[in-house]
Amino acid sequence: MPAIVSIKNLHKSYGSFRALSGIDLEVQEGEVVCIVGPSGSGKSTLIRCINLLESYDDQGQVLVDGVRVERGKALRRVRKEVGMVFQSFNLFPHLTVQENIVLAPTRVRNISPEVANSKALDLLKRVGIAEQAEKYPGQLSGGQQQRVAIARALAMEPRVMLFDEPTSSLDPEMVGEVLEVMKDLADSGVTMIVVTHEMGFARQVADRVVFMDAGKIVEAGTPAQIFDHAEEERTRLFLNAVLGHKDEKRN
Amino acid sequence: MSFTETFLNWDVLVSSLPLLLSGLKVTLLLGFVGILFGLLLGLFLALVRIYAIRPVSLAAKIYTDVFRSIPILVLLIVIYYALPFVGLRLSPFMSAAVALTLVSGAYTAEIFRAGIEAIPRGQFEASHALGLGYRHMMADVVLPQAIRIVIPPLTNNCINVIKDTALASVVAMPDLLKQATQAQALEANPTPLIVAALIYVALLWPLVVFVGRLEKRYRREER
Repeated sequence: MPAIVSIKNLHKSYGSFRALSGIDLEVQEGEVVCIVGPSGSGKSTLIRCINLLESYDDQGQVLVDGVRVERGKALRRVRKEVGMVFQSFNLFPHLTVQENIVLAPTRVRNISPEVANSKALDLLKRVGIAEQAEKYPGQLSGGQQQRVAIARALAMEPRVMLFDEPTSSLDPEMVGEVLEVMKDLADSGVTMIVVTHEMGFARQVADRVVFMDAGKIVEAGTPAQIFDHAEEERTRLFLNAVLGHKDEKRN
Repeated sequence: MSFTETFLNWDVLVSSLPLLLSGLKVTLLLGFVGILFGLLLGLFLALVRIYAIRPVSLAAKIYTDVFRSIPILVLLIVIYYALPFVGLRLSPFMSAAVALTLVSGAYTAEIFRAGIEAIPRGQFEASHALGLGYRHMMADVVLPQAIRIVIPPLTNNCINVIKDTALASVVAMPDLLKQATQAQALEANPTPLIVAALIYVALLWPLVVFVGRLEKRYRREER
């Protein structure tokens, strides 16, 4: 079966700074891939190339469901199939929770408002905040906002979901509720690519963990391979530093 | 003659009132036209300035800079007295409407641009990521938020446009000021001028208060 996301020889530079240098990554349908690594290693840049929020250098290529991701007509088709959850939520503050969720399906997929609305309520139930449908994002906690953002992305019925450090700007007590929702998604077979600092989540939920440093994939493998038997020194150093002073309760 | 007989003469007021009201109608119509077309022009210029290719965007910038530098009175006189030499003869009303629109458009362009640029990048990214096209992104996400930001400065601009309509009296347009000076000459009494001034204030004071309240409210909400 062809990969839903296929990245070959991906390079990206800002002037002389090489943010990504030669990334190859394939993600199969139904797979959950967690990308971990130090800040500035290019993790976010990598997943932002998948829906072209970042452009990439010409020699590489990113395919989503076999279609090259590039400027032009195909781009919106790709973006319809790729949901994204941001670190800073990026909900539309002038719309209610329900309107946030309904907007893209009605505008982009031409789904009738009735159908879209009832689906929005189902999604809100799925992320555990059905009672907040009429509120505005500003009235919700960070954890609730991020769950709305997940529902909003899911409403487009994407083939793959990208998560760009979805819990990094949350207060600690709200991280768990968001990870719980993401775990449910993973269990229900949603294809997910997750940039995260939550090692417990990566170990527990990922099918594959990718460790990046300095714009390259250092190594990739099952959570057990990466967390318990890392082959590369850099991976072990990073994991020791991160896990050393973080309690692993959630694990 | 007493002060009231001179400046607030009832009989003069009553006899000049029809003239003043007809002037007010023209002033309001001119203000409305200038504001409406200024808004449309400004929105267009702002979008061009931000999103068009480089040379076109530069042209929009030059336009807004030039038309914010030129005094409306000068522009109006050029349009009314100079353009006929190249065969373009506009009525006083058209001349004034064009001058007001051109200048108001430049100011509203800057206001809209500031409003759009105040929208966080994440809003655009979320729209892109959801697959929204440019039209829907602007209409459903960006402009509704930008409009809230630009309402106070836009209202200020409306106030200025309405004030500037009085300049049209120099090209003999029968607006409120022109009719007031006519009536003053006719009655040999300044009461019509005083009444005209009061009408301008009565018209614009509520808008001034409205802007002040909005600005105060937005400041509070930001905190």
